[in-house]
Amino acid sequence: MDAPAAESLDATVRRSYGTLLGYLASRAGGDLAGAEDALSEALLAAVQQWPVQGIPDKPEAWLLAVARRRLTDDQRRHAVRERFSEAIQHALESAEQLAVNSDEFPDERLKLLFVCAHPAIDEAIRTPLMLQTVLGLDAQDIASAFLVAPAAMAQRLVRAKAKIKAAAIPFEVPERRDWEERFSFVLDAIYAAFTCGWQSSSDDPTGRDMAREAIRLGDVAATLVPDEPEALGLLALMLHCHARRSARVDGAGRYVPLDLQTTALWDQAMVDRAETLLRTAAGMGRPGRFQIEAAIQSAHAQRRVTGRVEWPVVAALYHWLITFTPALGAHIGHAIATAHATVPARGWELLETLPKERLANHQPYWAARAHLLAQLGRTREANQAFERAMGLCDDPTVRAYLLSQMT
Amino acid sequence: MEYMLLFTEPATELAKRNDPAEAPAYWGAWSAYCNALAESGIMVSGAGLQPPDTATTVRIRDGKRTLHDGPYAEAKEMLGGFFVINVPDLDAALEWAARSPSSSYGSTEVRPVLPPPAPPTP
Repeated sequence: MDAPAAESLDATVRRSYGTLLGYLASRAGGDLAGAEDALSEALLAAVQQWPVQGIPDKPEAWLLAVARRRLTDDQRRHAVRERFSEAIQHALESAEQLAVNSDEFPDERLKLLFVCAHPAIDEAIRTPLMLQTVLGLDAQDIASAFLVAPAAMAQRLVRAKAKIKAAAIPFEVPERRDWEERFSFVLDAIYAAFTCGWQSSSDDPTGRDMAREAIRLGDVAATLVPDEPEALGLLALMLHCHARRSARVDGAGRYVPLDLQTTALWDQAMVDRAETLLRTAAGMGRPGRFQIEAAIQSAHAQRRVTGRVEWPVVAALYHWLITFTPALGAHIGHAIATAHATVPARGWELLETLPKERLANHQPYWAARAHLLAQLGRTREANQAFERAMGLCDDPTVRAYLLSQMT
Repeated sequence: MEYMLLFTEPATELAKRNDPAEAPAYWGAWSAYCNALAESGIMVSGAGLQPPDTATTVRIRDGKRTLHDGPYAEAKEMLGGFFVINVPDLDAALEWAARSPSSSYGSTEVRPVLPPPAPPTP
């Protein structure tokens, strides 16, 4: 394949994979796996034909037409047992007409997001399923990011798609009364992908960057539902964190904690976009977990302008966050911010109230504990906690940083 | 379910064990990891190993016993140690493998342990 055709195909796939798949799947009676097969066959046909015949004027419509034919053939074959559904046939044909004759066809990615985050789908597979169906990532990349054996990941994805078909999980956007709960599953799944990518700071340029892919998913969600403040809040949160990517490690490859990062290294365009999104979300007057987390990051981002972190503000935001999500991370953030805003002993008290049994293997807890103990001058205990945090750490730069903090 | 974690390290890392400048970081990372494993309560057994140049390999071929000075295979990465852990599933084992220092510069292999053979029936 020559370079322009390869580039064009690649761009089309990146831009439209989820749109095409959502479109096909929702018109093929929820047969997600069948729609995927049909689409990958269309992509293969493009790889073979575009270099010879030239790139079509409407690449998406071309792909859709090929995939539609494949899907129709498939369904005709199955019609021996089961009368071929005329409704589906008709729907697919009118879909193709629409695609060929107009520049835009309805974006069904929101339905895809909801299907993938359906309560009937195992929680652990929701995010991988979104990454595969909406963004077109392959099972191997997803497996690495989620620390699952590749064969097992592929099997789980296949099983989830079989369930969508067998249990007839509807390809639709839920009713208003179910909306809030179901949409929060979508956002949680996107955030799970982001934290997966976030934890690994090693920048492998060839490897997939899961954090970046999660931002793409978040962008899809925020674009499709622009009046949902939490979707904007989540995107703002991810952009704020991602903007600091190159500041997290110094020239010598050492980890740099947030409040010591060189703010000039932050990606200002990304920070600005995050701030705009957060303002828009706040204007809607429906606060939520992701908006508050983004506001905390926004408070940290203010250091670029004012030169200092307003710790009382950060502590108050964490306190508010706990009322939305009593997660361990929120409590730990609250304790640390309180220590900065008042005295270390006050933060330590808050940390001591957390349930010990859930924290045994929680790396951020041991790191927070170590820092507070060090500030309290309890050196021996601090060193023990630093060591434990190191042992639970999977990032070599953070591990080296923790070692350097021991005295 | 028991899994063996096998820590494979390149020669450059193994050499850090005895380098006065590098040894504290090398051993610090490993002892932190070992202690975290021990305190999590999933550790079954295991140990670090002396470097491969201390190995002797035994083979018997055609009834003849030969000894070979060194590990069974010369490789760029060498077995530095192993642990057997008891965790609910492979994903949990992979999580612990990712925390091993060797995963960052060498590799960590995770293998399910065969259950012990059934006792002979009387």
